[in-house]
Amino acid sequence: MKHLIDPLDLSVEEIDDLLDLASDIAANREKYAHVCDGKKLATLFYEPSTRTRLSFEAAMLNMGGSVLGFASADSSSASKGESVADTIRVISCYADICAMRHPKEGAPLRASHYSGIPVINAGDGGHQHPTQTLTDLMTIRRRKGRLHDLTIGLCGDLKFGRTVHSLIKSLSRYENIRFVLISPDELRVPGYIIEETLKRKGIPYKEVVDLEQVMPELDILYMTRVQRERFFNEADYVRLKDSYILTMSKLRDAKPDMAILHPLPRVNEIALDVDNDPRAAYFEQVQNGVYVRMALMIRLLGVKVC
Amino acid sequence: MLNIDSLQKGIVIDHIQAGTSMQIYDLLGLEEMDCCVAVIKNARSSKYGRKDIIKIEGDVKLDLEILGFIDHNITIDIIDDGKIIEKKKLVLPETVKNVIKCKNPRCITTIEEGIDQIFRLCDEKNHRYRCIYCEQEYKPE
Repeated sequence: MKHLIDPLDLSVEEIDDLLDLASDIAANREKYAHVCDGKKLATLFYEPSTRTRLSFEAAMLNMGGSVLGFASADSSSASKGESVADTIRVISCYADICAMRHPKEGAPLRASHYSGIPVINAGDGGHQHPTQTLTDLMTIRRRKGRLHDLTIGLCGDLKFGRTVHSLIKSLSRYENIRFVLISPDELRVPGYIIEETLKRKGIPYKEVVDLEQVMPELDILYMTRVQRERFFNEADYVRLKDSYILTMSKLRDAKPDMAILHPLPRVNEIALDVDNDPRAAYFEQVQNGVYVRMALMIRLLGVKVC
Repeated sequence: MLNIDSLQKGIVIDHIQAGTSMQIYDLLGLEEMDCCVAVIKNARSSKYGRKDIIKIEGDVKLDLEILGFIDHNITIDIIDDGKIIEKKKLVLPETVKNVIKCKNPRCITTIEEGIDQIFRLCDEKNHRYRCIYCEQEYKPE
């Protein structure tokens, strides 16, 4: 049984296949309207997440399937103390596939060890969020036409941002990728990502504090939010917060075909007028997220597409 | 010097860091075995000053792989007919199960009943292990 727990569970070939399928879904939605007739998706969300849960549910509904599940731990048997292992064994009797979000890191992996149905990690604490990574990869590929030969700028909170870590690991498997890591010192990429992924694979990277200085180099700019609570003192936050807000003036020297991505929700790290710039790709990302989740469920369920 | 009879057949686990032999005794499940076992603590060692030794008599089958994780200085001699017939080389095990605990408070192992604590070798050169659930690196106290 195949699950998706970590983005690296998928080989490069499997990712390419998924992105090809997702692109075909985007172009021919009617063709896929009934491929999951009679199939049920269980959304097991032990913590609230509006976008990811609705994206999964929309994906299954788009394919003619149905959904069941819960949207918080309070409304699940977890509130009675049931283990993840027991819950998934029960859910396996009700549904054909499940998407699990859990505040504890590794909960979906634990579930996969006991599950009779494919388990998709829909976010486990600050650890992994593989379908967000697939969404990011699809958006990059659709914008740039490739996942190789790219300079990727990652900006903001690179320390705690799970989407950033997963994206670095996934893109590191493609040829001629170069990373520009833009963050305050307090929020730099963790040492183990540098050591075990970038240095080990000999991938070029540089760490900088100033976004504008590197803007002309970038093919992709992946923005994340710098959160007040990540700083040890308020003064540092106040000093740095505006540096990581993307405005039209900071885009002045950017390439005309650069793509701006953001995992959302945005608070203030991208000015509203940037939304109208053709380089803004973050709402496309949301749409791509539905397509790529449809593709993923088709492959994990093994359903036939005519 | 305390004398323990030399083995005719069995296993000698030598150069154990002084004071840690009982941990190894527990890990190898020697409590459950009915063979003769000698645990020698604080023996003199020209190399380390003091060391512990465990001698296990008989034709016993033990999973000694975990010792590579505990202490790579440990040596293992297989004895037959009173002679060393094999010196086992310790290597770092690929996985370590229920020997150490994940300290990440956000890890599923902190709340899930009956879960095995499993760590995987991620960097052989630097002897680094990560929890398979949350990927937090294990750092000894």
